[in-house]
Amino acid sequence: MQLYLLFALLGLSTAAYYVGRRKAFALAGRAAEAVRLHSRPTYHGALTALWCGIPALLIFGFWLVLENQVITHLVVRDLPEAIRSLPPDRLNLVINDIRNIEGGSFASQTTDPGMQAAADHYRQLRSISNHALAAVTIALMAAATLLVRSRITSHLRARNQVEAILTVILVACSTIAIFTTIGIILSVLYEAIRFFKAVPITEFLFGLDWSPQMAIRADQVGSSGAFGAVPVFLGTILISAIAMVVAVPIGLMSAIYLSEYAGKRLRAVAKPLIEVLAGIPTVVYGFFAALTVAPVIRDWGNWVGLDVASESALAAGLVMGIMIIPFVSSLSDDFINAVPQSLRDGAYSLGATRSETIRQVIVPAAIPGIIGGVLLAVSRAIGETMIVVMAAGLSANLTVNPLKAVTTVTVQIVTLLVGDQEFDSPKTLAAFALGLILFIVTLCLNIIALYVVRKYREQYE
Amino acid sequence: MNNTIGSSDAPAPRRTIDIVNRSLKRRYRAERRFRFYGMAAIVLSLLFLALLFASIVFKGYSAFWQTSIRLSIFFDPAVLQQDTLVNADYAALVREALFKKFPQVEGRQDKRQLAALMSSGGVYRLRNMVLKDPDLVGKAVEVWLPADDDIDMLIKGHFRRDLPESERRVTDLQIAWIEKLESEGRLERQFNTTFLSAGDSREPELAGIWGAVSGSFFTLVITLSLSFPIGVAAAVYLEEFARKNRWTDLIEVNINNLAAVPSIVFGLLGLAVFLNFFGLPRSAPLVGGLVLTLMTLPTIIIASRSALTSVPPSIREAALGVGASKMQMVVHHVRPLALPGMLTGTIIGMARALGESAPLLMIGMVAFIVDIPKGFTDSATVLPVQIYLWSDSPERAFVERTSAAIMVLLAFLVVMNAGAIILRKKFERRW
Repeated sequence: MQLYLLFALLGLSTAAYYVGRRKAFALAGRAAEAVRLHSRPTYHGALTALWCGIPALLIFGFWLVLENQVITHLVVRDLPEAIRSLPPDRLNLVINDIRNIEGGSFASQTTDPGMQAAADHYRQLRSISNHALAAVTIALMAAATLLVRSRITSHLRARNQVEAILTVILVACSTIAIFTTIGIILSVLYEAIRFFKAVPITEFLFGLDWSPQMAIRADQVGSSGAFGAVPVFLGTILISAIAMVVAVPIGLMSAIYLSEYAGKRLRAVAKPLIEVLAGIPTVVYGFFAALTVAPVIRDWGNWVGLDVASESALAAGLVMGIMIIPFVSSLSDDFINAVPQSLRDGAYSLGATRSETIRQVIVPAAIPGIIGGVLLAVSRAIGETMIVVMAAGLSANLTVNPLKAVTTVTVQIVTLLVGDQEFDSPKTLAAFALGLILFIVTLCLNIIALYVVRKYREQYE
Repeated sequence: MNNTIGSSDAPAPRRTIDIVNRSLKRRYRAERRFRFYGMAAIVLSLLFLALLFASIVFKGYSAFWQTSIRLSIFFDPAVLQQDTLVNADYAALVREALFKKFPQVEGRQDKRQLAALMSSGGVYRLRNMVLKDPDLVGKAVEVWLPADDDIDMLIKGHFRRDLPESERRVTDLQIAWIEKLESEGRLERQFNTTFLSAGDSREPELAGIWGAVSGSFFTLVITLSLSFPIGVAAAVYLEEFARKNRWTDLIEVNINNLAAVPSIVFGLLGLAVFLNFFGLPRSAPLVGGLVLTLMTLPTIIIASRSALTSVPPSIREAALGVGASKMQMVVHHVRPLALPGMLTGTIIGMARALGESAPLLMIGMVAFIVDIPKGFTDSATVLPVQIYLWSDSPERAFVERTSAAIMVLLAFLVVMNAGAIILRKKFERRW
């Protein structure tokens, strides 16, 4: 229904374009008066279309956002007192049931008549809302079109007005990045603060025991919930470190080989192939880690006589390292290529071999950029989710043994938030606290890395 | 090395060239070693790539075939008329056909084993046949029906037949029946259309990816229709109109940062803002599309900006010189030249969005959904999340289906990236 209305709005705007343009042509076409328009007729059309479409679209958007809350409020107001006085989470369940009945996903004979009545009320309100929305927007569009049409004269500075509107739209679009950042910070911070009200921040940051299962019943044993996140942080660091041990040498050496030694043909083949590694979805790596790499590592470990967990940190870290190789290599490649040829020539003329030139001249010259690239890769490793969700464990062991199972920040966020969510229990809110830490850490890494990279780029320009 | 060169004016009797020559062998060895490390790094990364693809293809190719068994089904009017045609006990028809095929089978235990040869999904196929053609009632028809996933795995060789019976999921009796059916030509591997056309299911032989593919499609439609216009508009503003000041600096830093923020954080944003604050439906492609839009926007903005910078200033000056306004210059002259680059960036962003799963886990697109989504607000899952869900399933048959789903996902990605490369090759201009 709303989709059709959206298409109708777009269609009407297109129609408005032709209305405006026709008027302009009609004005210009009167040969006797020989009117000269300020703008070309397409601008008159565009101006009409913009005035017709934008306010209607704005109203459409706000309506959709607010509709649900208003209708829910109205339905709740008419519910019997017994239901209205329920605690908020129970009330939400009731509202969900009403919506489900309204959507037809419950067989209607199984529900009691009160709920059915509420659902009917809900459906009726929705239908009223839909019709009202259609009436309001279409009336508004017609009015706007007629108004603009009546104002089209030969002196109307249509082009300037259209361009002004477009500029405003462009500015609005470019600010979305800022709103996204603000949205992330506010939403994560808000829930995290609620979490820190229940669990002291020092316990969260320095506690050594992580078992976020909360007791469902008050008399339940052994699951009081412990939120010391150190084991989780340590697991993240361990897996990221393994990943970097794999990715940095391989990535750096392949970048050096490709930019300094390889011929054109090898470079043309190998470079895109390595970059394919970056384009593979992480869920594929996760599957590879869990079903191919982890069993192999476990079998080898057993063969040597080591006790390897089936969800070892090594498997997840190794595969994550493979995923990160192209990030390290393509960034390092950029920076190695940015080192001026004169530095190389200088080293060669002193009699240095190629590898000596690379190790003692080129890499030191490119090192700030390479460090920036490595930092970006670290931030990627820390935030990587699917590989660790599928291949690393859930148990928060305080260990640095890569053969044991560890858990990471992202794994915990996923396990805490997938499934039932209760936004008043520390269990769910803990995910946001972890998310806040994750965001802050990656933000710092990114800012440092981007600063270093930018600084370095300017150096040789 | 530098020291040896620097010591040329030492009072030693030897000439510099001798010192250099003496160390030359060692230095050349180091050179070869270094070169070898470089080569090894490349070979290693390509090896990983090959291993990844090989393991997935090797595990997954067999999922495109499904073992089917041909049975002579008698559409017994007695069974079908007990109830309506929709709710009739079609499983009984399958059982009857099996018992007739193997009349010597006695006892409940054995009969149950015999019935377990067939997938429970055959029921739907028979029902559809009867609903389509009610005249079938009272006739006997030869029908190919899917075998149970354990039988399928046995036929494909994923279960070993030489293990002791207690360690197998398929009993000796069942193997004997299967061999009999096979020798009569009643058992065949057929192309697995179910896998490509069905939604999710708990039974591997009935599970398909079409539901997930539709979900991905609806999600990407939202993502594309929002992120492309917004991304291009933002890039145009920042590159062509904005003055360099604090404000635009702030926007730039923000965009670069967002490009490197972990995707799961966008999921948290979506959960807190779109679901909890605005009350949009859970598990809906609409919300998934919004989250992925925010995630891909930085990629598209950065690519579009570099496409705009590569348009030479002379084009702009020429347009302004003949009296175009700034907006006309951008819309009529710069934009067409930068469009291929913008589209390339957009396709790459879409490919990333297609493969993304972490933020979608946060907004509930991991639910077990059998129905195929029909719109933007239906509950849906997407292809990568489907892969994640299946990889968690204990049945052996889901391993090959997961791999096959990965192959389909990778095929989509290859097509998209190839499109981007072709676009770049075709329209790339050197000024």
